[in-house]
Amino acid sequence: MAWHIIALQQLINGLALGSVYALIALGYTMVYGIIRLINFAHGDIYMLGAYFGFYAITMLKLPLVPAMIVSMAAAAVVGVLLERIAYKPLRNSSRIAVLITAIGASLLLQSTAQLVFGASFKPFPQAMAFRRIQLGPVFMTNRQLLIFGVAVLLMVILHVIVQYTKLGKAMRAVSMDKEAALLMGINVDRIISATFAIGSALAAAAGILVGMYYNRIDPYMGMMPGLKAFVAAVLGGIGVVPGAVLGGLLMGVAENMVVTLGSSTLRDAVAFAILIVVLLFRPNGLLGKKGIEKV
Amino acid sequence: MTILAVENLTVHYGVIQALKGISFDVQEGEIFTLLGSNGAGKTTTLRALSGLLPKTTGKVTFDGKDITTTPSYILPSLGLGHVPEGRRIFAELSVADNLLLGAYHRKDKQAIKEDMQAVYDLFPRLAERRKQYAGSLSGGEQQMLAMGRGLMSRPRVLLLDEPSMGLAPILVQEIFEFISEINKRGTTILLVEQNAHLALKISHKACVLETGRIAMSGTASEVAADQRIQQVYLGAD
Repeated sequence: MAWHIIALQQLINGLALGSVYALIALGYTMVYGIIRLINFAHGDIYMLGAYFGFYAITMLKLPLVPAMIVSMAAAAVVGVLLERIAYKPLRNSSRIAVLITAIGASLLLQSTAQLVFGASFKPFPQAMAFRRIQLGPVFMTNRQLLIFGVAVLLMVILHVIVQYTKLGKAMRAVSMDKEAALLMGINVDRIISATFAIGSALAAAAGILVGMYYNRIDPYMGMMPGLKAFVAAVLGGIGVVPGAVLGGLLMGVAENMVVTLGSSTLRDAVAFAILIVVLLFRPNGLLGKKGIEKV
Repeated sequence: MTILAVENLTVHYGVIQALKGISFDVQEGEIFTLLGSNGAGKTTTLRALSGLLPKTTGKVTFDGKDITTTPSYILPSLGLGHVPEGRRIFAELSVADNLLLGAYHRKDKQAIKEDMQAVYDLFPRLAERRKQYAGSLSGGEQQMLAMGRGLMSRPRVLLLDEPSMGLAPILVQEIFEFISEINKRGTTILLVEQNAHLALKISHKACVLETGRIAMSGTASEVAADQRIQQVYLGAD
């Protein structure tokens, strides 16, 4: 195969994977935007989402789409509880205290998942037969198409919520100025909960999509994608919603390109290399705003 | 009729006592001004009333209801609005969205639309800029937006914190005219100002805060006539 066809093929593979990173990155960036916290447990919410989906399909015998909705709702509840129990009491503490709590919460979720679901991986049930869709010289699998389609759909829904609804406007107001938002009559705690709920639901959807893509789930599956999605969020400009999407897609494509260039062992390293290079030149990320530190 | 009553309010920042027990009553329909130099406790008073700062002791009654411990976000729905110091508009939202958020607790869509039009009528410059980012407005326009946003909750009492701060003298004059106009349309105003001269001109009553205590209070003309007040706050020789 000519090199440009391989590159095109890897671009397609990269976009599918990248859209999953983007879904996870959105949760990081939304939570950061609203309470300036890097929620390190976010990758584990993604893992829980995959398990919720697994049990919804295998035990509740639900078809894929209802299973995904159930899983997203369950993950939203976990996300809200996590914020209420672990982060809210620390709202006025130093940022390092909350950060350490987030790492602790991540370990707790992983260990609990290992205890409840077992340490070994589970094969994810395939909700659809494998098919190739030929696109000229390259192809896309129906799973990739599903991943890409669902991710884009969810991102469009999120965009509409954030830009046009009252909830979205309140979310943006809270991220800009919590006190002023309170004076407008906005229940800031409820808006923060809503942000965690939405971010967690997106992560859960990503968890199911990846479970289907790689055919397996395990309690530690959230670590690497969580880390990479975090990198994607920072790469795009943390706190900026379109930045998370751009960062996620770039990461997915870059990772696949590196594999093409012959080194699948370097695929994880490249993510962080890109981050370092980009931040050297654009410290606020690709779409990041100039840091206006409020006093 | 007393619409806002503050009794023996004290506030601490850590161990420092910022308000040392202040009491005052605001009557419905009036403009009541809190004067005082920097650090006297004017902004602290408004922030404590709105629940943004914890009150150590004291009682606040609004329209007969005890609101001492009512959370901040409930107050706009009771009819107590607060336009904070430094305007605090949402810079990355449009002018129209800022106004809409001012009516956050309200569900009466048609009336919200009418009130928005009323704000645009009062501040025509906001109407021209309704789709712009609020952060792109000039200082005077941002103050108008902050006040308009405050009015969108249909407050019975509006707390106004330093509305003239950082504005050119010609704009300051204009802002005070707007405050008078808002009051004439039926909103009671509790004003905090450094510009004692202009504030006393439009106010009905005033009190002077000095290091967390009320040093003097009375009608605006009584306060303006006081010799010491003239020397310290009105720049008389």
